[in-house]
Amino acid sequence: MKFGFLSNVSNKMRKIFYRIVFSGLIFLFVLVSGIHGFLEFALLILSFFVVGYDILVKAFRNILNLQVFDENFLMTVSTFGALYLGDYKEAVAIMLLYQIGDFFQSYAVGKSKKSIADLMDIRPDYANIEYNGKIKKVSPEKVSVGDIIIVKPGEKIPLDGIIIEGESSIDTSSLTGESMPQDVENNDAVMSGCINISGLLKIKVTKKFSESTVSKIFDLIENSVEKKANLENFITRFARYYTPIVVGIAVLLAFIPPLFFDAKFSEYIYRAVIFLVISCPCAFVISVPLSFFSGLGVASKYGILIKGGNYLEALSKAKCFVFEETGSISRGNFSVVSLIPIFISKKDLIEIAAYAEANSNHPIAKSIKMEYEKEIDISRIKNVKELRGFGVEANVDGKIIYAGNLKLMNKIDLFPDNIDDIGTVVYIATEGKYVGNIVVADKIKEDSFRAIKALKNFGVKKIVMLTGDKEEVARKIADKVCIDNFCSELLPIDKVSKVEELLKEKISDEKLVFVGDGINDAPVLARSDIGIAMGNIGSDAAIEASDIVIMGDELSKIGIGIDISKCTMKIVKENIIFALSAKFSILFLGLFGFASIWFAVFADVGVMIITVLNSVRMLSYKANLK
Amino acid sequence: MKKIFKLENLDCANCALKIEDKIRKINGVLNVSVNFITQRFVLEANDELFDDVFEKARKIAVKVEPDLVINA
Repeated sequence: MKFGFLSNVSNKMRKIFYRIVFSGLIFLFVLVSGIHGFLEFALLILSFFVVGYDILVKAFRNILNLQVFDENFLMTVSTFGALYLGDYKEAVAIMLLYQIGDFFQSYAVGKSKKSIADLMDIRPDYANIEYNGKIKKVSPEKVSVGDIIIVKPGEKIPLDGIIIEGESSIDTSSLTGESMPQDVENNDAVMSGCINISGLLKIKVTKKFSESTVSKIFDLIENSVEKKANLENFITRFARYYTPIVVGIAVLLAFIPPLFFDAKFSEYIYRAVIFLVISCPCAFVISVPLSFFSGLGVASKYGILIKGGNYLEALSKAKCFVFEETGSISRGNFSVVSLIPIFISKKDLIEIAAYAEANSNHPIAKSIKMEYEKEIDISRIKNVKELRGFGVEANVDGKIIYAGNLKLMNKIDLFPDNIDDIGTVVYIATEGKYVGNIVVADKIKEDSFRAIKALKNFGVKKIVMLTGDKEEVARKIADKVCIDNFCSELLPIDKVSKVEELLKEKISDEKLVFVGDGINDAPVLARSDIGIAMGNIGSDAAIEASDIVIMGDELSKIGIGIDISKCTMKIVKENIIFALSAKFSILFLGLFGFASIWFAVFADVGVMIITVLNSVRMLSYKANLK
Repeated sequence: MKKIFKLENLDCANCALKIEDKIRKINGVLNVSVNFITQRFVLEANDELFDDVFEKARKIAVKVEPDLVINA
């Protein structure tokens, strides 16, 4: 016989499967043929031992080790209870159902473990290095800093490095969740874990494997399961008391009524056996951690690295968000946001400005040159004068150019309108004429507005933006993205006290989340309930200081994180409520003699399988935010 | 000192909890995690006691789950 689904399970499970089939066939034969007497007894006992011998052996071994109350012990006691009562068919059925349930549970857990592992395993298997003119595959751990590695199209970049030859586009989706490929060329730094799509790349390694981005991320995810959510700890505590209490009641139930109240022994042993079958807290202790683990895995697929189940849980209770403006709401680097020429073309305006600012390394000058894109021909520039507090005066192609603030224009008797915009305005004049202005600013991210709106939809009560900018700039940014509260002109130290103030204001069960770039805000990240660092992939500081790391720049990832957290919590609660009510209702029915052992086996393995399958639902999560 | 070990044949989630509870009570243990899903055992203990603690932990683990294999 061949079973397709057995091809990827362990030998151990395969053996159990064949035993279940064999024993099940015998059992079925006995039921259908209706044989009686000794033959029936012998076949049932055979069926019983074929499917259950390992459980009996384990139970016996555990008793010798003074380990009682585990599943094996309980199944042994309950089936022997049934045998004692002469219910041979029921004894076989319990054992058979238990093994079938256990088999499916192992299968489902194994499968979900594997898919989570696949989801999270971004680690490369090998690196290609050139050795005596030949390309050799080695383990990434063996490559040292300064080595040259070769990455072919379709391969994973195994270590962090700088491209020294070749150009290509790379897929960063396994790190950032972003689907747009990124173009890279000579001298660009690349991260391990990305997939090279098109061209052959030669990369000089800058970090050894254990310090490469991919290893750091992997460690973070693997370690995340050790920080347990409150609900997980609650279930652990619950499990600690549940089994002894249920077993205790079972013992009382078996002996007290028959000994003191003249009830039938066999009847009460039967009821006690039902209690024993339900006494394993397995449905809770497997499904709850599995749900959290799936949630963490899914979040990591979206480039949201959460450092523990506790933070995943806390995120669902986030009611107050504090944003460090730079790097979260805005990009954190300057660029030209508007270009308004007068009398001349846009192209000429940016060219004039770029030449005037050619020698400056100021961030504003840099962004103007970046916007211009073309090479600057130094020979066209003569006589550059920095006018401190005003701007710059330069002679380009024999024409005198002024580029600077409004005061500079007024100084040379030009009076253009004051431009009231977020950012720094550079006014340009050439040959005594005002020719236009360029606004350079930190750009607000495209998705900031959407992201803030999503937070409000999730029931976030308070959103505060902190910035070092001037009040009028801060107000404009806050208005643009619909943030109601902002604090401007803050020094780094003020941010901590502001967050502390907000922490005092909120109700204890609500969580305060701080979002920053993770570089300069370690104290605030640490002080808030949940610290989220974003936009600095692979930076040690960001990974160290924060509780959640968002890879990539999109602010809307925070909304996805909250959504994943809420979905996870919903599944966890469903599982707990379902398992509790199933178990308690059958315990209750069993107590008064209304439940059969079949019910009990369902309440044990059936409930466990249903909760496991429910947990696994998380793995097919798709972000869908409007 | 903190060390991470890979586990094999940790078949029941409840046993993982029991092992974890018992190891936590060993003298010198700072932190312990026995994870059924990742099949990982993380032990953090005082440096000078570590080997001793690990040996005790191993005995406890094998007592609860006889087929368990702990790999460094």
